[in-house]
Amino acid sequence: MSWTRAIMIPICQPLQAPHIESGSPSGSPCPQTHPERHEDELLDALRSGDEAAFTTLVDKHHASMIRIARLYVGSAAAAEEVAQEAWLAVLQALRRFEGRCTLKSWIFTIVANCAKSRGERDKRVVPLSSLVQEDEDGASVPPERFLGEGHPRWPGHWSQPPEAWTDDQLVSRETLQAIAGAMETLPPMQRAVMMMRDVEGLESEETCQVLGISEANQRVLLHRARSKVRSALERYLHEGEDPSWAPR
Amino acid sequence: MIVNPDDLSCKELVELVTDFFEDRLSPSVRARFEMHLSYCAWCRVYLAQMRETVQLAGRLSEETLPKGSKEELLRAFRDWKRERGGEP
Repeated sequence: MSWTRAIMIPICQPLQAPHIESGSPSGSPCPQTHPERHEDELLDALRSGDEAAFTTLVDKHHASMIRIARLYVGSAAAAEEVAQEAWLAVLQALRRFEGRCTLKSWIFTIVANCAKSRGERDKRVVPLSSLVQEDEDGASVPPERFLGEGHPRWPGHWSQPPEAWTDDQLVSRETLQAIAGAMETLPPMQRAVMMMRDVEGLESEETCQVLGISEANQRVLLHRARSKVRSALERYLHEGEDPSWAPR
Repeated sequence: MIVNPDDLSCKELVELVTDFFEDRLSPSVRARFEMHLSYCAWCRVYLAQMRETVQLAGRLSEETLPKGSKEELLRAFRDWKRERGGEP
């Protein structure tokens, strides 16, 4: 399928979210999410052309948008371009924002759609949506770390239990780099879900909207992602293994 | 201590951690989950590590990105304002 610039903006319209009760025209938030308190005011200011409101929004979301775009495109430079492009799409579609979801998840949906189009245009990545079924059956922890089912007393209990991490380990800069490296090695859809939920702090419903997946699928992907990243961190912290190695 | 056949094993528990965090376990499974945690220090460590993993990931949003695009965006904003004129 080929995507052209001409059809990109229409794709970036607010998504229909039938599972969310429609809010008031002034943009009241989804009932099940926790929107920013001043979202309505910000939106009004933005619509009236208030530059400070726009700057506030850019400061708040631009870095996230680049990270989201990076999920779909091949380079940091392309991600920055996509984020810029998405802001234009946001402005153009602003009038049509109905407040069916938070402003943040609406903006993130737009950047994800723009990045998807760009990624497909550049033929850099497989569309994320085709990868939803990736690798969902793997165990969270390798089975050899548990006692066998035939164990007389403790079947399925730890034979090689985890060792607690120390505060020093958790606050170190290197651990942060390790987790970033571990997330990089995740399959794309798992990485996307963990990015939305745990890095960008979206609610599950918002994540489903941005990525166009079901809630159940989102939860499975999130679990696979977090479990693998925990394992990678464990190997890094206890065995000094390079976290950018693919998780086993 | 004798393990009750109804008890979760550690191997089962690690697959339910996200559902536990998301409050998606049925009341009976949740009770078995919590029962297991009450006697299994290793699974408590595992649960803490999953929580720590989530918290660490949250800190990745603090990473700073090179700016410089703001001027360009402001210009785009002014263009947009001009183009739509007095439209509400």
